[in-house]
Amino acid sequence: MSRVKINPDSKKKELDQILEISGENIRDCMQCGKCSAGCPASNSMDILPHQVIRLLQLGQLDKVASSQTIWNCASCFTCASRCPRNVDLAKLMEAIRLTLIRVKGNSRLKADDVPGKLDNKIPQQAIVSGFRKYNK
Amino acid sequence: MFEGGIELARIGVFVCWCGTNIAGTVNVEEVAKTALEMPGVVYAKDYQYMCSEIGQNLVKNAIKEQKLDRVVIASCSPRMHEATFRKAATVAGLNPYLVEIANIREHCSWIHKNKEEGTEKAIALVRAAVAKATLNTELTSGEIDVEHRALVIGGGIAGLQTALDIADAGYKVDVIEKTPSIGGKMAQIDKTFPTLDCSACILTPKMVDASAHPNINLYTYSEVEKVSGYVGNFEVTIKQKARSVNMEKCTGCGVCTEKCPSRKTKSEFDEGLRTRGAIYKPFQQAVPNVPVIDRNACIKFNTGKCGLCEKVCTAGAIEFSQEDTKITQKYGAIVVATGYDIINLDNFGEYSYADSPDVITSLEFERLTNAAGPTAGKFVRPSDHKKPKKVVFIQCVGSRDKSCRGKSYCSKFCCMYTAKHAMLIRDKYPDIEVSVFYIDVRTPGKNFDEFQRRAVEEYGVNYIRGMVGKVFPDGDKLQVHGVDTLSGDTIKIDADMVVLAAATQAKDDAEELGRKLSISTDTNNFFTEAHPKLRPVETHSAGIYLSGACQGPKDIPETVAQASAAAAKAIILLSKSKLVNNPCVSGVNEAICSGCLECTKMCPYEAISAKTLEIKDHGKVIPKVVAEVNEALCQGCGGCTVTCRPGAIDLKGFSNRQILAEVDAICH
Repeated sequence: MSRVKINPDSKKKELDQILEISGENIRDCMQCGKCSAGCPASNSMDILPHQVIRLLQLGQLDKVASSQTIWNCASCFTCASRCPRNVDLAKLMEAIRLTLIRVKGNSRLKADDVPGKLDNKIPQQAIVSGFRKYNK
Repeated sequence: MFEGGIELARIGVFVCWCGTNIAGTVNVEEVAKTALEMPGVVYAKDYQYMCSEIGQNLVKNAIKEQKLDRVVIASCSPRMHEATFRKAATVAGLNPYLVEIANIREHCSWIHKNKEEGTEKAIALVRAAVAKATLNTELTSGEIDVEHRALVIGGGIAGLQTALDIADAGYKVDVIEKTPSIGGKMAQIDKTFPTLDCSACILTPKMVDASAHPNINLYTYSEVEKVSGYVGNFEVTIKQKARSVNMEKCTGCGVCTEKCPSRKTKSEFDEGLRTRGAIYKPFQQAVPNVPVIDRNACIKFNTGKCGLCEKVCTAGAIEFSQEDTKITQKYGAIVVATGYDIINLDNFGEYSYADSPDVITSLEFERLTNAAGPTAGKFVRPSDHKKPKKVVFIQCVGSRDKSCRGKSYCSKFCCMYTAKHAMLIRDKYPDIEVSVFYIDVRTPGKNFDEFQRRAVEEYGVNYIRGMVGKVFPDGDKLQVHGVDTLSGDTIKIDADMVVLAAATQAKDDAEELGRKLSISTDTNNFFTEAHPKLRPVETHSAGIYLSGACQGPKDIPETVAQASAAAAKAIILLSKSKLVNNPCVSGVNEAICSGCLECTKMCPYEAISAKTLEIKDHGKVIPKVVAEVNEALCQGCGGCTVTCRPGAIDLKGFSNRQILAEVDAICH
C-alpha cells in the first residue's frame, strides 16, 4: 500500500458542491459505523458507507468517485434514520452521484439503452428512478 | 464644582484587558482614552489583569491618590468579579456600592469579532456605567439570621454522603427521599469499578449510619412541595405520602409482603425483572425497614375486599386510613442530590429491546448478576433461564447521539461498567464468549484505563470498534449485525443475550424541582452549577448546592467527592451566626404611595406588607395605608418597582433614575 498524502482541501470545489447539494455536515460524523452495520446493500459495496464519509473528510474524492458503493446504494435511508449524529448519508450519496453525472458526457444511462434493459416485470417507477439516479 | 446643586462626582474608570479575552476584540486604550472625556471622569487606566493583585492595587491607589468617590470597572461579568472589586474599594475606604461594573467581556468582546464595533460597544457600556455610577449612593448591608439546619433532597449515595458530612459537623439534616427506601441507584448495583467490591457492602453501612445518626432525620416516600425564603432562611413544605403502614409499630418482619395476594406489579428496584406485592419493601436491606402499600396495585384499595396484610400483621401496623401529611420546616441550606435516570429505549427499535426479553439494559444486568437479585445471582437468560453462550454488549445507546432519539453528551460511566460486566462474566464463566461494540473507550480516572485493558488482555473480552446496526430475534438466538470499522468488515454474531448501555438522563421532574427552588437547568435538564470550574457545587441561588449526578453524569467516586464538597459549602453557611444581606432592597416613598398594595401581591418573597400612617389633612388626623418593605426578606428582584402605579417604590442601587441615566447614556 502506498502512503497517501492527506489534504482535506484538495478537490475543494467538488466537495463543496457535494455538501451544498446534500446540505449535510460531514464533520458531524464520528465514524461509529452504525450506517455500515445496518446497511442492507453493504454486501455489494467495495467500500463501506462510513468509509465514504471518512474519505470525504480526508478529501479523497477520487476513491469515492471510483467506488461501486455510491452506485449500489439503494437510497433506502436506513443509515439516515439511525445515524446518531444526524448525518444523512443517503443524501450525501445522492449528492456524490449528481456531482459525477452532471459533468458533460458522464450520464450512466442513455435513453436509447433503456428498451433493451426492460422486461415485463420492471415497474415504471424503476425507469423513472433509474433516470434520476444515473442520468443528469 | 457645583452644577445644578449636585456636586460633580470624581469617577475613576479602569479598563481590563483580561489578557486577550477583551483586548483581542476591544481597543482597551481607546476605551480608557474616551472614558476620560465622559462627565465626571477624572481618571482612566487600562491594565492587563485588573483582578490580579497589581490590578487591584492600581484601583486602590487611584482611589486614594486621585480622591475618587466613584469607580467604574470595565471587565468581565459582575457575577465573576464584582465582589472582588467591591472588596478592593472597601479596603481603600470607599463604600463598596459606589463601584459599578461595565461588562465588556461576556456582553461585548466574547460575542463580537470586529474590533472597531467591539470598541464602540465597549465605550457605550462604559458610558452607561459612568452615568449610573454618578447617581450611586452609599449603601450599608444589614444582617440576617441563619437557621442551623440543612435539607438534602435525594437519598442516594450523593445525598447520604452530603447528609452524613453535614451531620458529623454537628448540624441537623433532613433527607427527603421520593421512594420508600434510601439507597438510590447504588443499591441496585452489584459490584463497583475499578475495585470490584460489592456495592451493597459499602453502601448499606452508610444507609444504616444515616438512619441511626442523631442529627439526621429521614423523610422517605416524600417529596418537596413548596420552597420559599432565601439563603439562611428557607421554608420548605414536604409532602409525606401515605405509607399505609405505621412506621413506629412495624417490626419489619415481612410477613405482610409475603402474604399479599396482589403479585402482578413489576418491581421497580429489580428493573421489572420480577414482580412484587402491593405491600412491599423495595429490597431486603431497605432503610427504613418498613414496607409500603402501593395503593394502585392494592386489592383492598381497589375493591374494598382483602385486607390480608392487616390480618397477618401481629404488630397492628397496617393503617389503610393514613393520609398524605405535610410538614413545613425552616432550613439554612439546601443540597439537591436527586440523581439521574436512564433513557427509555422505545425509540431504538433496531435493538429489539421491546421485542426480546434477552435484550436488556445494563441496569437490568446488574440485577441479573446480583446475589440478591431475581435469579439469586445465577447468570441466565430472562426468557428461558438458560445460561447464555455468547453475550454482546453495545455501548453508546443514545449517548453522544445528536438525533432526537438520544442525548448529545457522553454518559461518562458506561465504558467502565461495560468493562466491569464483561470481566465479571468471563471471570465466572470463561466458556461464555463476550463481545463489546464501542465507538471510543473513554476511561480516564485513577486505575480506570488499566481496568478496561484488563478486560481485554487478561479476560479476553472481544472489543469491536464499531456500532451495531440491528439486533433481531432468530429462533432462540439474537442475530447481531454490526461493523468493525478498523478492519472494514461487517460482522454477524448469533448471540444469546444483548446488553445495552443506555444513555443517562436528568430526572423527569428535575425542571419542576428547579422551578420550585429557583435554580436553573441546562438544555438537558441537569442542574447548572454557578461556575463550571470555580464553583462546581454551588448554584446561582445562594444557599442551594448540588451533589452528584443531578448536575451531570457521574460515577460513584466522583459523586462522593462532590457530595462532600457540597456538604462543606453547606457547613460554611451553617457555621455562620449571621449573614450579611444585600442592601439593594426596595424602599417606599410614603408621600407618593397610594396604598393600592399591588406590590404586596406580586412580591415573591412576601416582603411587603401594609402599614397605617396617621396624617394631618386640613387640620384633621386621618389614617393612610401605605406599603412597607421588610428589608430582611426583600431580595431586590425589583418586581414591585414596575408594579407600583404611582412610582412610589424604588430599588436601592438600581433606582429608576439610575436605570434611565444608563439608557440615556447609551442613546447618547
